[in-house]
Amino acid sequence: MSFSLIHIPDYSDCFNLIIEVRNDVMKFDAQDCILVGKYRLAQTVFDFRLRNAELAQITKPGQFAHILVPGKTLRRPISICDVEGDTLRIVFEIRGDGTRILSECEVGDKINIIAPLGKGFDIPQDKKIVFIGGGIGVPPMLYSAKQAGNDSVVINGFRDKSAVILTEDFKKIGCRLVETTDNGTYGIHGFVTSPLEEIIDEIDMICACGPTPMLKNISRLAKEHNKPCFVSLEQRMACGVGACLGCAVGIKRDDGTVTYKHVCKDGPVFNAEEVAW
Amino acid sequence: MADLSVNIAGVEFSNPIIAASGTIGFGHEYGELYPLSVFGGISCKGTTLKERPGNPPPRIAETPMGMLNAVGLQNPGAEHFINVELPWLKKQNTVIIANAAGSTEGDYCEITELLSDTDVDMIELNISCPNVKAGGAQFGTSPESVEKITSAVRKYCKKPLIIKLSPNVADIAAVAKAAEFAGADAVSLINTLTGMRIDINTRRPIIRNVTGGMSGPAVFPIAVRMVYQVKKAVKIPVIGLGGISTWQDAVEMIMAGADAIQIGTILFTDPYAPIKISEGLHGWLDTHDMKSVTELTGTVITD
Repeated sequence: MSFSLIHIPDYSDCFNLIIEVRNDVMKFDAQDCILVGKYRLAQTVFDFRLRNAELAQITKPGQFAHILVPGKTLRRPISICDVEGDTLRIVFEIRGDGTRILSECEVGDKINIIAPLGKGFDIPQDKKIVFIGGGIGVPPMLYSAKQAGNDSVVINGFRDKSAVILTEDFKKIGCRLVETTDNGTYGIHGFVTSPLEEIIDEIDMICACGPTPMLKNISRLAKEHNKPCFVSLEQRMACGVGACLGCAVGIKRDDGTVTYKHVCKDGPVFNAEEVAW
Repeated sequence: MADLSVNIAGVEFSNPIIAASGTIGFGHEYGELYPLSVFGGISCKGTTLKERPGNPPPRIAETPMGMLNAVGLQNPGAEHFINVELPWLKKQNTVIIANAAGSTEGDYCEITELLSDTDVDMIELNISCPNVKAGGAQFGTSPESVEKITSAVRKYCKKPLIIKLSPNVADIAAVAKAAEFAGADAVSLINTLTGMRIDINTRRPIIRNVTGGMSGPAVFPIAVRMVYQVKKAVKIPVIGLGGISTWQDAVEMIMAGADAIQIGTILFTDPYAPIKISEGLHGWLDTHDMKSVTELTGTVITD
């Protein structure tokens, strides 16, 4: 099957990496999972463990699950934080009605998800990568950072101390962890871009997920220092699979014009250089 | 087992469930989950002569029991549809309906002429898209404008012609009659209702286009009412759509007067909906000793 609308960029010119060219055939399904673990990581942040061996087995870093919320027409796209055996881990924040209803699910409940969806991060083994998460953009960096070599760096930024999540999980994977808070109540006082600037010349590649202003600033720094940078983007989404064209993101064409690609199928991970910020 | 096949304007459908335009693209994605032949037909993404980038994001907002969209007819253009998408679609063992859109009467005539010389089984004229600045719904808002565009396009259309009607009108029956009078072979209704949501924190519309087309279960009763009114007004086949989510909804829409149905937004909630609706419809017909789904059309009792 061909997906001729999808352009798989060739990055081999801009840096000397062999990027694994993904098979064009998408592999996902809508299936029930059993909620086998539920934890509260912060006031409005929940950690769900969803058992479904088939979907867990084929999930790659940076992909997402499209989660059915009882009583809602639209599913909620939530990035996959980690995969442990037959279990998918998702960490989400209550942002509105849908995520509030989801947070009220209890262990033993069935939750229907379409997963794994989207194109995630390609993690070259021989490169020093910095993974940067901001707020609820931190969770998808866990599974991604796990795939990378030990000399990788993780920079996680939060609003304040009460919002800090997943510290122990990142420590366990053995990479260097730097944490920041906007107001200095925990870790380094300031934004993730400050520690990034200090190490940017030592690393080969940036992978980031978080609020758009943060990604935009990271992308600017990456360009200034000529480092490849991949960002995971968010957009209001309907089908989740690439059929409805709802979750558009502006992408620069070679001729300077802007076209629209879609977070669900072309992304959520994009080369920061092609994003029309 | 009851016979689910229907004949719409001379075209045989293996079952009356058609995927609604704009919700299934050109079929690739849901084709990963099941053979597209679970649908009697597929109405493809609205296609214009030239590629269209669509509207800036956000394009989607949720509403109680439904959603708004303002995709703005993003599509790769007629040439791509004909050369790349259609050959693959034709192998999927389902009726292929091209959804033709444009900005001017001339656009509609030209794309209809182009599509008439291809292997598409039917052409659905999209004169009811609420999300584009020029064209779209402006052709679908009055009986006079519908008659004019249908007559013009009819001259170029060698395929069975479906006119897709907008619900954003005063008298849907009069609009349907105008389409029939001007030579339409069938009508499909309803397209989306124009809606709007505002983010109370930012005071801005959630959708960048400000307004969007509302779909989903919330619009179902409006669709049933309009299909009922149109069925009484015209002799051509009526394709009913708007918020159909369950097999019970399908039975209800067919009772109201639909010869076939389209499903759209429910695919986003449950991609496997067409299979469940098909099975439920079979079961209902068998329980009620009906040999064919065509016996059910328009059987609502109103005395």
